[in-house]
Amino acid sequence: MTSVTVADVSARGSTHRAKRTITAGKRKQHLAAYLFVVPFFVVFLAMLIVPLAYSGYLSLFATRIVGGVSFVGFDNYMKAFRDPAFFAGLSRVALVLGVQVPIMLGLALFFALALDSGRVRGSKALRLLIFVPHAVPGVVATLMWGYLYGQDFGPIAQFFRTIGLPAPNLLAEGTVLGSIMNIVTWEFVGYNMIIMYSALRAIPTEMYEAAEIDGAGQWRVAWSIKIPAIRPAILLTVIFSVIGSFQLFNEPSLLHNIAPNAINDAFTPNYYAFNLAFISLNINYASAIAFLLGITIMILSYVVQLSTQKREVRR
Amino acid sequence: MSDTALTAARRLLPSRGSRGGRRPLHDRRSGLLTILMWTCGLYFLFPLVWLVISSTKSNTDLFTTFGLWFGHRFSLWENLVDVFTSQDGIFLRWLGNTALYAGAGAVGAAALATLAGYAFAKYDFPGGKILFSVTLGAIMIPLTALAIPTYLLFSKAGITNSPWSVILPSMVSPFGVYLMRVYASDAIPDTLIEAARVDGAGEFRTFWRVGLRLLAPGIVTVFLFSLVATWNNYFLPLVMLNSSTMYPITVGLAQEQAASAAGGGAQILFSTVITGSFVSVVPLIVSFLYLQRYWQTGLATGGVKG
Repeated sequence: MTSVTVADVSARGSTHRAKRTITAGKRKQHLAAYLFVVPFFVVFLAMLIVPLAYSGYLSLFATRIVGGVSFVGFDNYMKAFRDPAFFAGLSRVALVLGVQVPIMLGLALFFALALDSGRVRGSKALRLLIFVPHAVPGVVATLMWGYLYGQDFGPIAQFFRTIGLPAPNLLAEGTVLGSIMNIVTWEFVGYNMIIMYSALRAIPTEMYEAAEIDGAGQWRVAWSIKIPAIRPAILLTVIFSVIGSFQLFNEPSLLHNIAPNAINDAFTPNYYAFNLAFISLNINYASAIAFLLGITIMILSYVVQLSTQKREVRR
Repeated sequence: MSDTALTAARRLLPSRGSRGGRRPLHDRRSGLLTILMWTCGLYFLFPLVWLVISSTKSNTDLFTTFGLWFGHRFSLWENLVDVFTSQDGIFLRWLGNTALYAGAGAVGAAALATLAGYAFAKYDFPGGKILFSVTLGAIMIPLTALAIPTYLLFSKAGITNSPWSVILPSMVSPFGVYLMRVYASDAIPDTLIEAARVDGAGEFRTFWRVGLRLLAPGIVTVFLFSLVATWNNYFLPLVMLNSSTMYPITVGLAQEQAASAAGGGAQILFSTVITGSFVSVVPLIVSFLYLQRYWQTGLATGGVKG
């Protein structure tokens, strides 16, 4: 016990002496560190790595009518690449990524800047109001909006009927994706706004006070100083949005209950994988789809990161 | 995740020396912007207002009166009775299940993340850097890609359709580890740990006596968003559980919604589904208003937009 204390005291004292005495003390610290991380990594391994590997493994097999389960190599992946249903789902997700995500993040950024500028009355209450939908579970959000869109007692349809116009069918095949985009926007604008807003609050005021005194307008300050300063936070919201969009499941799954004709089994890739696994009982193909989806998300997230990093280097 | 994202997350954490009240030199408030923003605010309020109003209506009033105003009769009480008595009062059971799954999952996630995050922040040990980057990489693994293989593994182990099948996967929070590491490196001064060592305290005693106390706000944050993520999760319990007495509230409500839609409101009334949704949201919104600080500072997890 004494040797430990001596080693530690010397480690605090001079560095070259500490180097010589990397002995019992250091070793004991390393042991403690491993003991601290072991519980997490046991669960991490069991609940994340093993299922991921198992999913990859399963995707290499197929159940044949003759001969039962057999190894088929990358056949399931080849099948996925030629599967129009899978691609239709992917393209819907891509549309969400290309249309809904920019709108959502644009709104979030606008709200964050407006609230940060101190020019809005009751901004604290407003911030809470915009953020409150995040406290509502996705299932309940979809349920509410599903009824709001509905023809029977949805206020939107009621409104149109009152002014004598035909009510738009917001749960038809052509419109339901837009309706889903609206639900996701409602749920996540506030969440993204808070990420950006916290970053804005962390900018030192001196950075733009001078510019304001020099007569730079709010737009100019926002564009040239504030937005560049919170780039890391914006990047974070983009990455989370990529991950979230590709995993879309709750919204199509619940809207399917009230609009079965508008939403097919492969509406989004994730919904497709679920239906393949639990309705068609094609576990192997479902694993391949899930694995592909996972890889796509990871690649896209890295691309987002790399592209912004490159831009930073060029500066 | 890159350094840029690291700094972003660091900014989200509750910091002790944050920039205090920034007062403008003169009143800069803009009427136009205020009106615009509050109009946008109505959009966020609209579905919730509708939910509150609709849960006071009888099933007939739902169909015959305007959605954004009260019906002929105030039926909130009858609706609540329906919610809690239909299917032998299964709703209460769903609420209890949700509390159990979310509570246990969040305690587990917070404990594991705190231990690991503390070690990554305060110990320089062989393999530590690699293990930490593995954890960071895992943030991007979509959880839904894992639900199906996890289900298959669990069914071999015979633990599907049990609380464990939902709680165990909810205990892994790579993002929680990452946040705790960032938090611990700021919140616990190295000199304090060194001092504890000099006093002869062992590593675990140091963690227990010095670390935990200083990490408390970070732990609450990680606990809270693990809690909410599990509370809101629909996909995982949907995959894992098949008897309705095991359902959490999300899966239960979805099942009721499907039943009411399929039967045109014959088996389960629409008003029951709507009032049930309202009841399930209330504890979340109340806790949200109370614990705002933690929500706002820690809410960057999102990965589990379940």
